[in-house]
Amino acid sequence: MSFLQHDVPISWYLFLSAVLFSLGVVGFLIKRNLITVFMSIELMLNAVNLSFVAFAYQWHEVRGQIFVFFVMMVAAAEAAVGLAIIIAVFRARSTLAVDRIDLMKL
Amino acid sequence: MNESAHLWLIPLFPFLGFLLNGILGSRLPRRLVSAIGVLAPLVSLVVVLGDFGATVISAASSCPTCGQVTALALPASESLSYPWLAIGALHVDFTFVLDQLSAVMLLVVTGVGFLIHVYSVGYMKDEPGYARYFSFLNLFLFFMSVLVLAGNFLLMFVGWEGVGLASYLLIGFYFSRTSAADAGKKAFIVNRIGDFGFLIGIFLVLTTFSTLSFSKIAALLAVSPDWHGPVLTVICLCLLVGAAGKSAQLPLYVWLPDAMEGPTPVSALIHAATMVTAGVYMIARTHLLFDRSPVALWTVAIVGAATALFAATIGLVQNDIKRVLAYSTISQLGYMFMACGVAAYSAAIFHLVMHAFFKALLFLAAGSVIHAMGGEQDLRRMGGLRTKMPVTFWTMTAAVVAIAGFPPFAGFFSKDPILYAAFLQGTGGKLLWLVGLITALLTSFYMFRLWYLAFFGEPRSEVKHHHSTQLSMLVPLVILGILSVCGGWIGIERFSAYLAPVAAAHRPLPTGNPFLEAILSIVAVLVALEGWLIADKYYRRKPERPAAIAAALPTGYKVLLNKYYVDEIYGALIVKPLLAFSKFGLGGVDILLAGVAWLFAGIASITGMILQRWQSGNLRSYAAWLAAGAAAVLIFVLLSNGWLHLGFAVGWKGWPLR
Repeated sequence: MSFLQHDVPISWYLFLSAVLFSLGVVGFLIKRNLITVFMSIELMLNAVNLSFVAFAYQWHEVRGQIFVFFVMMVAAAEAAVGLAIIIAVFRARSTLAVDRIDLMKL
Repeated sequence: MNESAHLWLIPLFPFLGFLLNGILGSRLPRRLVSAIGVLAPLVSLVVVLGDFGATVISAASSCPTCGQVTALALPASESLSYPWLAIGALHVDFTFVLDQLSAVMLLVVTGVGFLIHVYSVGYMKDEPGYARYFSFLNLFLFFMSVLVLAGNFLLMFVGWEGVGLASYLLIGFYFSRTSAADAGKKAFIVNRIGDFGFLIGIFLVLTTFSTLSFSKIAALLAVSPDWHGPVLTVICLCLLVGAAGKSAQLPLYVWLPDAMEGPTPVSALIHAATMVTAGVYMIARTHLLFDRSPVALWTVAIVGAATALFAATIGLVQNDIKRVLAYSTISQLGYMFMACGVAAYSAAIFHLVMHAFFKALLFLAAGSVIHAMGGEQDLRRMGGLRTKMPVTFWTMTAAVVAIAGFPPFAGFFSKDPILYAAFLQGTGGKLLWLVGLITALLTSFYMFRLWYLAFFGEPRSEVKHHHSTQLSMLVPLVILGILSVCGGWIGIERFSAYLAPVAAAHRPLPTGNPFLEAILSIVAVLVALEGWLIADKYYRRKPERPAAIAAALPTGYKVLLNKYYVDEIYGALIVKPLLAFSKFGLGGVDILLAGVAWLFAGIASITGMILQRWQSGNLRSYAAWLAAGAAAVLIFVLLSNGWLHLGFAVGWKGWPLR
C-alpha cells in the first residue's frame, strides 16, 4: 500500500485514465462492429472510474468511490439493455456493422 | 327561497326534445318526432300552469279570511346546487326566479309556443328537415324559458344569445335559398350590434353594483332611494340598445322584415309572439334602473313611438302578406316600448300578452292562406278566400279586429291603457299619445287592407290545396282566436294589480280620471273605425282608387314601398364601407402578415433542409459529432479558464463539505 501512496503520483493515474478514455473514444469512432463499439463505451466508463478512484484515494474522500459504484451499476444495466438491443438488431438485419444499420437515414 | 316550484323542469323538457330530435330525429318516424316535439312544450306548459295556479292561490290567500294554504310564495327562486362563476367578489349562480312577471311571460312562451308546435305538425308535414325543424323549435323554447326565468343578467344574456341562435337557425331553415341564408345572417349580425350594447350595460352594472343578480340590485337600489347617478342613465341606454336590437326597434329593426324568410310558424312564434318581445321583457325586468333615469325613459318612449309610426307607414303599402305582418309587429313593439317609456310597465306587458295572441294568430292564419295558395305570399294575387277557408277567415277576422283595437277584442283593452298612460305624461306625453293615435289609424287601415285583399273580391289566382282543413292547424287557430277575442277581458286593472309587486313604477304615476279615460277610449275607437272605413272604401268599394293615388303621388308611394330606402342607406353607409375596409384588410394587411409568415416559414424550412444532412442515420457519424462536440466544449473551457476554473465556469461550487 505504501508503494501506491508514496511512489506513484496522482498524475500517473490520471494519465492512464486519459489514455484509456482516448482509446475508448477512438474505438467508438472507428470500429465497425457494434459489439466493439459497445466495449469502447465500457472502456471510457472505466477510464472515468479510474480517475474517480484515484482522486478519492488522494483526497481521502469516500464519495468518489461511491460514485464509481453508481457508474458500475449503470454500466451493468446498460450492458443488459445494450446487448439485448444488439441481439435484436442482429436477428433483424443479420449484421452488426454499424454502417449497415442506417434505416433512420433520410 | 322556495324549492317546490321545480323551475328547472321548465327549460329541461324542451332541451331534451331538442337533443332527442336533433340527434336521433332523422332516424325516427315522423309521428314520434312530432310527439317529442309537441310533448316537450306541453310538459313545460303543465309545469308553468301548476306554478301559476299556485301563485294565484297564494295571491288569494294573502287575505286572512280566505284561509287557504299558501302553496308558493312569490318570488320563488331556485339555484342549481353549484355556483356557476366565483371570481373574486363576483358570484354568479344558475338562479331561476319565478315571480309574477316571469310567470306571465312563461305562460305566453309555453302556451303560445305549444299551440304553434301543434300547428307546425300540420304546416311542416311535407317538408324535408322535419326533425331538424322541431329540434330547433324546442331549442328556442329552452333558451327562451332560460331568458325569462333568469335571476341575473348573465343568465339572461345566455338565454338572450340562445334565442338569437335559434332565430338564426330557423330563419335560415330553407338554407338552400340564398335569400333565407342571407336573412339569417342579417338577423344575427344586426342583433350583434344590440347585444354589444347589452353586454356593455351588463359590465357597467357589474362595476356599479358589483353584482348581477336582479334581486340584489333591487335591494341595493332600495337602500338609497334618492340616488340618481348619471351612470344609471348610461346603463339604461346601453340596455336599450340591446332591447332595440332584439325587439326590432329603430334603428335596428331592419332584420325583422327579412326574417320572414323562415317558415311561417317560426315567424309566428319567434318573430311575433315571444322572442322579439324579449326586449320589452328585459326593460320591464330592469325597470328599477329605468325608473331612476328620466332621460333613458324618455329615450325609450321616443324610440318606441317613432318606431310605431315609422313601421306602420311602411306597412301601408307592402304587398307581401308576411311583410305587412312583420311591419305591424315592429309597430306594435313600438307601442310596448312607448308604454315602458312612460313607466306603464304592466300596460306594456299586457299589450305584449295580447299581441302574442293576435299576432301569432295573424301569422298562423297567414300561413294557412299561404299554404292554400301553394306558397304565394303576394296579396295582389289573393282574394276571395272568404268562402274557401271559412275557419281561417273568421279567426283572421278576430285577429284583425283585435289588433285594430275595437272593443271588446283584446287589442282594445291593451292599447288604450298605453295611450292613456302616455297622455298623462305632460306635453311630451300628449305628443306621444298623438303619435300612438295616428299609428292606431294606420294599423287599422293596413290590417283591414290585408283582410280585404286576401279574403274579399274576386279570386285573383287559383287556390292550390286546402291544407288548412287539417285539424292540427285549425285547433290552434281557433284557440288563439278565442284568446284574441276574450283575452282582454282580464282587464288592465286586474292585470296591473297582479303584476304590481314586480312591475309597479318607482315614481307614482299621475292619476287621471275615468271620464278622461273614457273620452280617450272613444277617440281611439273612432280613429280605428276611420281606418277601417278608409280601407273599406279603397279596397272593397273602389278597388281602382289605390292605384290612382299611387300614380298621383309616385314619390311618396315609391319611398314607402321601398321602406324609406333604409336598407339601401345602411348598405351605402355601413355595409359598403365595412366591406371595403375588409377588402383592404384582405388585400393589404393580410398579404403583409402572410408575407411575414412566409418569410419565417421559409427561413425555417431552408435551415431544416441544411440541418437534415446531419441526420444521416449513420451511427458513426453521430458518434463523431458527439465526440467533436465534447472536444469543442473541452477546448473552449480550457482556453477561456484553464483547468482550475472548470468548475466555476459552469457555476459549480464544488461538493458541499460536511
